[in-house]
Amino acid sequence: MGKKITGAEMVIQTLHDQGVESVFGYPGGAVLPIYDAIFQQENVKHILVRHEQGASHAAEGYARSTGNVGVLIVTSGPGATNAVTGLTDALLDSIPIVCISGQVPTHLIGTDAFQEADTVGITRACTKHNWLVKDIKDLPRIMHEAFYIARSGRPGPVLVDIPKDIQFAEGEYENLSKTTHKTYTPPSTIDSKAVSAVVDLMQRAKRPIIYSGGGIINSGPKASKLLQKFVQKTNMPITSTLMGLGAYPGSGDNWLGMLGMHGTYEANMAMHDCDLMLCIGARFDDRITGKIDEFSPKSKKVHVDIDATSINKNVEVDLSIITDCGKFLNEALKIMESRNNKFQSFDSWWKQIDSWKKVNCLQYKANSDVIMPQYAIQRLYELTKNKDTYITTEVGQHQMWAAQFYKFDKPNRWLTSGGLGTMGYGFPAANGVQVAKPDALVIDIAGDASILMNIQELSTAVQYQLNTKIFILNNSYMGMVRQWQQLLHGNRISESYSDSLPDFVKLAEAYGATGIRAKKPAELDDAILEMIDTPGPVIFDCVVANLENCFPMIPSGKAHNDMLLGDNVSDEEVANAIDDDGKIMV
Amino acid sequence: MNKKNPASTYDIISINEDDERHTLSIIVDDEPGVLARVIGLFAARGFNIDSLTVSETESKQQLSRITLVTSGSPSVIEKIKVQVDRLVSVHRVADLTADYGQYGALERELALIKVKGTGNKRLEALRLAEAFDAQTVDASLDSFVFQITGRTREIDRFINLMASVGLTEVSRTGVAALKRGAGST
Repeated sequence: MGKKITGAEMVIQTLHDQGVESVFGYPGGAVLPIYDAIFQQENVKHILVRHEQGASHAAEGYARSTGNVGVLIVTSGPGATNAVTGLTDALLDSIPIVCISGQVPTHLIGTDAFQEADTVGITRACTKHNWLVKDIKDLPRIMHEAFYIARSGRPGPVLVDIPKDIQFAEGEYENLSKTTHKTYTPPSTIDSKAVSAVVDLMQRAKRPIIYSGGGIINSGPKASKLLQKFVQKTNMPITSTLMGLGAYPGSGDNWLGMLGMHGTYEANMAMHDCDLMLCIGARFDDRITGKIDEFSPKSKKVHVDIDATSINKNVEVDLSIITDCGKFLNEALKIMESRNNKFQSFDSWWKQIDSWKKVNCLQYKANSDVIMPQYAIQRLYELTKNKDTYITTEVGQHQMWAAQFYKFDKPNRWLTSGGLGTMGYGFPAANGVQVAKPDALVIDIAGDASILMNIQELSTAVQYQLNTKIFILNNSYMGMVRQWQQLLHGNRISESYSDSLPDFVKLAEAYGATGIRAKKPAELDDAILEMIDTPGPVIFDCVVANLENCFPMIPSGKAHNDMLLGDNVSDEEVANAIDDDGKIMV
Repeated sequence: MNKKNPASTYDIISINEDDERHTLSIIVDDEPGVLARVIGLFAARGFNIDSLTVSETESKQQLSRITLVTSGSPSVIEKIKVQVDRLVSVHRVADLTADYGQYGALERELALIKVKGTGNKRLEALRLAEAFDAQTVDASLDSFVFQITGRTREIDRFINLMASVGLTEVSRTGVAALKRGAGST
């Protein structure tokens, strides 16, 4: 029989037993007992955010950069509803986070009490699983189950809703951190025969490609190592989704760049013309496939994923293996070694790919008067690549330019909102990374519109003296919205001009941070170095060319081999790039 | 636009598969909100629910059985099964139709059917009820309530016939189903 402790103390004890060092949160009436417990201990550090959405993205950043579960604590009602965007974001990008929400006391549930919301009802659709704790006896089990479910199988967000009376109630706590779950059993085995069949396909293939995704990152750094070995051994070309960047080095020999809507010409052409597609830990998202009935028509498709629901969801595949990506790679390498037979050299395939590379799809018109956004990212990359750097982004043109021009050589260094496309993700996520990695250089590449969505988190960064840097590509537009209006809506720039922008330098100063501005290409390098050397949070206002658009692009409704390239595209081509069928798409 | 009401914004070509009707037996933890999880999934992903029956069936283990009849193309049915199986509260999903054939599973439904009428119509209603083995569970001078148990199609037939002899209200339980033989789902 253990000592009796309160529900609130159990919450903190669970965090400690689960190895959580920092949590992000915001107090309120229904979580006061938990905050009282936080006050009386030193094991778990609490980071006070300025908005619960900020807490949810910070927890995501913490989780993505460390591979551990991120935790946020919010109060009932608005506290919980403010966290919904971050939970949904984590669900779509498979990020393990645990949200602990306060709830009105059990006897008030259902009475429309002050700050009452049906939190488990609201978050049912945006969590992997959630719980309303109605009995103190269940709390230790549920808390530990929450961590288990968040990190196991395909990771994702979970929520534990704890009424205030349960936080006060006393009960016995047991460390259940080693336990699993009675019904939730993610795949733990691997079908060796199926992996053998994949190796067979690889040996017969003449034009193979690896299409990897965030599943490799989620599988852990070891999976990324195995992937590199796998690529080296087979000499297959590799491309990756936005979420998978860094699993294979961006400077690696076989790297084709990202694929999809704003992917490289060579990656998309190779996807279209390949005869074997090996999809590892990606999910055939619409941003990847383009027009689905013209998607890679000549290939045999293999899909490796830990989540059975991803198989045959958007694209029918020839062979599927439901397992962890790292396990698959390990098994495939073992089989290849035991067979000891050589792969084809894919010479003519590489020759073809090299001819696509010569198109130089990422080129842009250099300018010595104004900073081109692509140039800004290139310089940022060159000046930070040898440091311990983590990059987060918001959503829009700057995000795609970052994905195209910043080369990631290691996993877990690139944090972006891929599935949900959440503007306002990058800055709080960067704070989350900085809390987990105090000595790292963490930069949020932002747009002038996105950064305003969670700018209040600058106050958090100042309070904890986080060194987070915000690098704003400021073109005074919601650039991606404007780009689509140019493509789809006869250049009618409806509500996408960023009118009345704040002076970002003064804004930084108002928060007690540092502001830096660069307007000319010639002053960019020095300004970036100044940003890196300045301690504490910095807003870097990088004033870039207003009307630059993000290319290459697969216009919606078009196939991989039907890309718009940037350097030679005319206004007329832009205006007619998307036909009537394409216009209905998102 | 060239195409009217495309089924999907991404023009997924619908291979003309015929819709099939499948009876799923879903064993779940008997906990608050579990039904909302299952039917919320169907609503969110646009799957059909033709019939739904749920009750606690193994109280010691705190398990409930959801018997759900759905329809869709074979690939949609497959998606439904893996999606439901992914829910944390779901122990297992058995597709009684796929695993045991159209007649391999025992399927029963109960319906209460109220008819109103006098004279010949009243007599005819009574005769039909007798022919269908329906029980009369309530009667007044100008109405009957019949109770019928059977397969869904049989009940449909009975209800259709009742329409011409004064049908006013129907209440159905939805399908309960088990596999035949000694094995359990």
